Amino acid sequence: MKEFLAMGGYGFFVWGSYAVTFALIALEVVLLARRHKRASGKGS
Amino acid sequence: MNGKTAAVKWFWYASPQTFYPLAGTIARWCAPAAAVLAVIGLYIGFFVAPTDAQQGEAYRIIFIHVPAAWMSMFLYVVMAFWAAMGLAFNTRLSGMMASALAPTGALFTFIALWTGALWGRPTWGTYWVWDARLTSELILLFLYFGFMALKASIDDPRRADRAGAVLAIVGVVNVPIIYYSVQWWNTLHQGASVSLTRAPSMATTMLTGMLVMALAFWLYSIAAAMVRVRCIIVERESWA
Repeated sequence: MKEFLAMGGYGFFVWGSYAVTFALIALEVVLLARRHKRASGKGS
Repeated sequence: MNGKTAAVKWFWYASPQTFYPLAGTIARWCAPAAAVLAVIGLYIGFFVAPTDAQQGEAYRIIFIHVPAAWMSMFLYVVMAFWAAMGLAFNTRLSGMMASALAPTGALFTFIALWTGALWGRPTWGTYWVWDARLTSELILLFLYFGFMALKASIDDPRRADRAGAVLAIVGVVNVPIIYYSVQWWNTLHQGASVSLTRAPSMATTMLTGMLVMALAFWLYSIAAAMVRVRCIIVERESWA
């Protein structure tokens, strides 16, 4: 596990890439869900 | 069905009101499919694909970097296509589609730049260099931002659609510049590892992981754009 996280010494670069990608996509999903909820609330 | 009724059917879907439920159905199928493919792609990327002989584990950034870069360019072309359709046929939905694609396109452009920087540091020794590939990709990010800012600055949505369309269409020249930059100029960025005309210069499992992730990003982009276009339809149209 520790070895996996270390990524052969490149852990900062590999996980830094994946963490930011995941965080930004998650942020877009949350923002879209909120906007969609607001929009469909307006419809009813 | 003859050609005329087929055309009528397409224009029927060009109405926001009729497209609204279809967009919801497409999003409901694409979103879970994207999640499943992302899990498979990451599993291949981290547990099946071997360590790279030259770059060690640092190369594993490829599984998000390349698909994100592809999406950044592809989404811009699709956005410009809808913008052009809006100018040509004056259909309301076209401008909405262009608006719905822009934020997701900007997201993937940023991800491509960010992961590229974190990949460049261990392999090239620098986070950033002003070479043709990196600079033109940065310009793509500014084109997305410019498109969104321009549309947001005009109150009348139909006028905003037309102004945004002109910007989107002019900016599309940047996409082939990004794609061919590694051939036209002497760049620090490497040439294409995958092309349609020759065998890919990478291990099969690496390529498979990358293509599965690309498919996941595709389906995610479709789902995000469909949900966003539904929001835009409700926000703009009075029937909702």
